[in-house]
Amino acid sequence: MIAIFMLFLKIFAGAIFLALVVTLALLFDGADRIVHAKMQRRFGPPLLQPVYDILKLLGKENIVPRRASRFFFRAAPWMALVSTLMVFLYIPSGPFPAVLGTEGDMVLIVYLLAMSGLMMAVGGFASGNPIANIGAGREITLMMSYEFPLAIVICTMAWTAYRLGMPGAPFSLETFTAVSVWKAVGKTGTFGLLCLFLSLVMVIPGETGKGPMDIPEAKTEILDGLIIEYSGANLALFKVTFALRSFAMAAFMTSLFVPFSLAGLLGSGGLLVAVFDFLFFWVKVFAVQMVFVTLMRTAFGRLKIWQASRFYVLKAAGLSVAGMILLSIDVMIR
Amino acid sequence: MSTTYTVPIGPVHVGLKEPVTAWLDLEGERIVGAKIRPGAIHRGIEFMARERNPIQVIYLSERICGICSFSHVIAFIRAIEDLAGLKVPPRAQYIRTLVLELERVHSHLLWAGVACYTIGFDSAFHLGMQMRERVMDVLELLTGNRVNYGVATFGGVRWDVTPELAKAMREMIRYYRREFTPFREIVMADPVAQARMRNVGVLTRDEAVRYSAVGPTARASGLRVDLRKSSPYEAYADIPVEPVVPQDYFGAAHGDVLDRFAVRVLEVYQSLDIMDAALDGLPEGPYVAEPNVNKVLASLKKAEGTGWGIIEAPRGDDTHIVSLKGGDDNVFWWKVRAPTYANAVSWPLMFRGNELADAPLIINSIDPCISCMERMMVTDGGGDPLIVTKTELLERCRRKTFDLGSGIRTKGAGTGGLEGGTTK
Repeated sequence: MIAIFMLFLKIFAGAIFLALVVTLALLFDGADRIVHAKMQRRFGPPLLQPVYDILKLLGKENIVPRRASRFFFRAAPWMALVSTLMVFLYIPSGPFPAVLGTEGDMVLIVYLLAMSGLMMAVGGFASGNPIANIGAGREITLMMSYEFPLAIVICTMAWTAYRLGMPGAPFSLETFTAVSVWKAVGKTGTFGLLCLFLSLVMVIPGETGKGPMDIPEAKTEILDGLIIEYSGANLALFKVTFALRSFAMAAFMTSLFVPFSLAGLLGSGGLLVAVFDFLFFWVKVFAVQMVFVTLMRTAFGRLKIWQASRFYVLKAAGLSVAGMILLSIDVMIR
Repeated sequence: MSTTYTVPIGPVHVGLKEPVTAWLDLEGERIVGAKIRPGAIHRGIEFMARERNPIQVIYLSERICGICSFSHVIAFIRAIEDLAGLKVPPRAQYIRTLVLELERVHSHLLWAGVACYTIGFDSAFHLGMQMRERVMDVLELLTGNRVNYGVATFGGVRWDVTPELAKAMREMIRYYRREFTPFREIVMADPVAQARMRNVGVLTRDEAVRYSAVGPTARASGLRVDLRKSSPYEAYADIPVEPVVPQDYFGAAHGDVLDRFAVRVLEVYQSLDIMDAALDGLPEGPYVAEPNVNKVLASLKKAEGTGWGIIEAPRGDDTHIVSLKGGDDNVFWWKVRAPTYANAVSWPLMFRGNELADAPLIINSIDPCISCMERMMVTDGGGDPLIVTKTELLERCRRKTFDLGSGIRTKGAGTGGLEGGTTK
């Protein structure tokens, strides 16, 4: 009986939470566009522009190209959206635990993000357009490149948490939101963490497909690449997915490396404090997204795919391995 | 990866300013073959000119191109002045030089911005577009228009440079000296921009000679070519101009897109210096030899012959050849050879060993003006295109010369010439 009640509670909480997440993701996307425009000395669109875009696209004709593989072409946006949305079921938000926190951990989050990336590539391949094919090929190449440093970062973090005896399961994100990993490690470890942090910063543009790594959707090269054939509701789903991916990476980064909360300042306990803490979490996510997505995409041009791949395989991976070694030393010497 | 995809860049493409199609054969991302197919924007302007008198054609020649409109106007006017022997007062020559340099700044700024946009560096693009506003404001102050200025006429110019305008121009020069350097540094020192532009679209010095590249494209390959120095016109005889070549500034010329960027950017500074010098030396006197247009037209009606006007447009040598027939109001014939026509043949060379990601950048790197370039369509009259290969054309030309030389004009087969493949 209680199990069934808990199940319904989780479905209910999940539905509300995901609705909130989609709204916030679109709002953050709007803010991202405004801040991006301001940094370029432009006015920029209204805050709700992404919402207007989605609404407009939903009312548009949904064209499936004649040469497309219909099933995959239609399924890909849904799969991409659902797998990106599922990420949020495993990310704890401030004082509140993740909806499905006990059922999945960081490894699942990485897989879900990879899944949505893969689904975007599948959509590109299925559209039967050579340009979309190139875009999809780029997406896969990029993914293979940045997954390596990402995996090192996550495994090192989990191993550190395990060896330092941080409370909770080592791969669970809640372990890192409960206790700040910056405080748990020593001096060498701080440098190690910094390396991992920077390497995750490098991964973010690739994962979100923005900034110097907007290669699969390069507008001036391959005309929006893998989404070139999408229109109407399918395109709207992809737009939401893109907004959610930036948002998910920002939230993931925040949980892992920016776990500071207001609870210490306001005193613990009480619903009001929890609500403040909850809001503060999204403020942190916003700040992370502005700095590591918006600023990055304003500051840099676009790399070529082999340059991006080399950047991830050599520089980002090298940095994460350095972080791994430093953290290992830190754990060993204490 | 043995599968070869054929992907078109253009005719309508986000990364291109004007319609031209590049059919690229791709192996993965690598370009293994490229075919350029222009022909989307031919408008038959020369034909239209045959129904207009020379004064009307001035404004028609302005419509050949948006951004280098003044270069076409000056080249056309110089061709007419050449054949009719019209004199231009010194003040007018200086004003023409000023507008030509303003236009060069305008064109190079636009190009630099678009090049940044092509590599996804939108912030620099917006910065460039914003800086371009200033020169357009000055042009508007002088002529009333932001593009297609309508400022030149036979034997002079139509608007004078007033003291207020000279002041605005000086202010603009100061503004660019101050604001342009950060832009240049932002782009040229940016690691991503370096990675995207260095060793991309290389045209070596020898190839630039062999394929007769002109303008900044040739200069970026290390050739010291600049008509403003080698064949000075207007006020350039008084103002010394040195061709901007990368080896003078960076030690070596790579002939890549970054060098083309650098040459254009440095030419902006050069243009500012020229404008300063032209404002300093602006002579007093009339700014047009004959303000009455009807008198000019009457004298042009009597003129007969062929005139040439060749100037250094922002993109390279712009050549106009005009022929007038005595007693005829209208232009008899008119030939335009825009710089893009000379530079476009280098495109297939520049594509060698590059990637799809570079293609729009390479196309943009010569600053193509397709509407300037497309001066000819091969047609059979019935609408079916007739393509004459180079060998066939050569054969026909030789046959015609032979026929002319022997003085025997046989009917039917053997008359040769360009019959069938009508070129207009």
